[in-house]
Amino acid sequence: MPEGKGTHGPRTRDRDPGLQPERTRLAWRRTTLACAVAASLAGRQTLHGGIDPASLVVLALVVVVWLAFLALAHRRIRAMRMPRPPALSPRAAVAAVACTLALAVLGAAMLR
Amino acid sequence: MWFAPERLREEGGTPDYRFSLANERTFLAWLRTAMALVGGGFAVDQFLPETARPLRLALALVLLAGGALCALRAISHWVRCERAMRRGEDLPMSRFPVVLGLAVGVVALLMVIVAAFGWGG
Repeated sequence: MPEGKGTHGPRTRDRDPGLQPERTRLAWRRTTLACAVAASLAGRQTLHGGIDPASLVVLALVVVVWLAFLALAHRRIRAMRMPRPPALSPRAAVAAVACTLALAVLGAAMLR
Repeated sequence: MWFAPERLREEGGTPDYRFSLANERTFLAWLRTAMALVGGGFAVDQFLPETARPLRLALALVLLAGGALCALRAISHWVRCERAMRRGEDLPMSRFPVVLGLAVGVVALLMVIVAAFGWGG
């Protein structure tokens, strides 16, 4: 363990006193929860007008989008274990936005 | 710029990780707003069956489009903030929160009226 400086003891150097990684980790959790709610409503939308092969395909796509977001969030949450996590990669940010757009488009295709 | 964000790392210096994480949390908050609007669009279609179909579809589509716009704006703002921090510039200002606030207010008012008077089809 590195030697601490200042009055906060030896742990200040390997742990952010502002708990930034923890807060960011919880923000990803909240967003995963919001994505689950949006995906549930999108999934419900696909079955709203009755069950047929097309609606089942769209439902499967909604589930895939939700799993993709889950994997994305899981990766980022694992990166938050480091005391100084690297910045979010632009690719991950684009993927997260793409998941949201995909849910909107898939559900919009199922509006009756 | 925001459609080619991979070039971001070539600019300026790496900012303090805390600032990057704060920017990431702001991005996630906007993304949640976008998801809430998208979910709200589906909810309008599913839970207001008494409403006339054109009105219901219009409300649902407005909310879905608003959600999509919000998601696109989330990443655009994230990239612009990250770039400003890398270059040591001021953070970008935006009218978007005001516009979104007003738009959500108008839609909410409309929904209250629809729910109260029940414009059935």
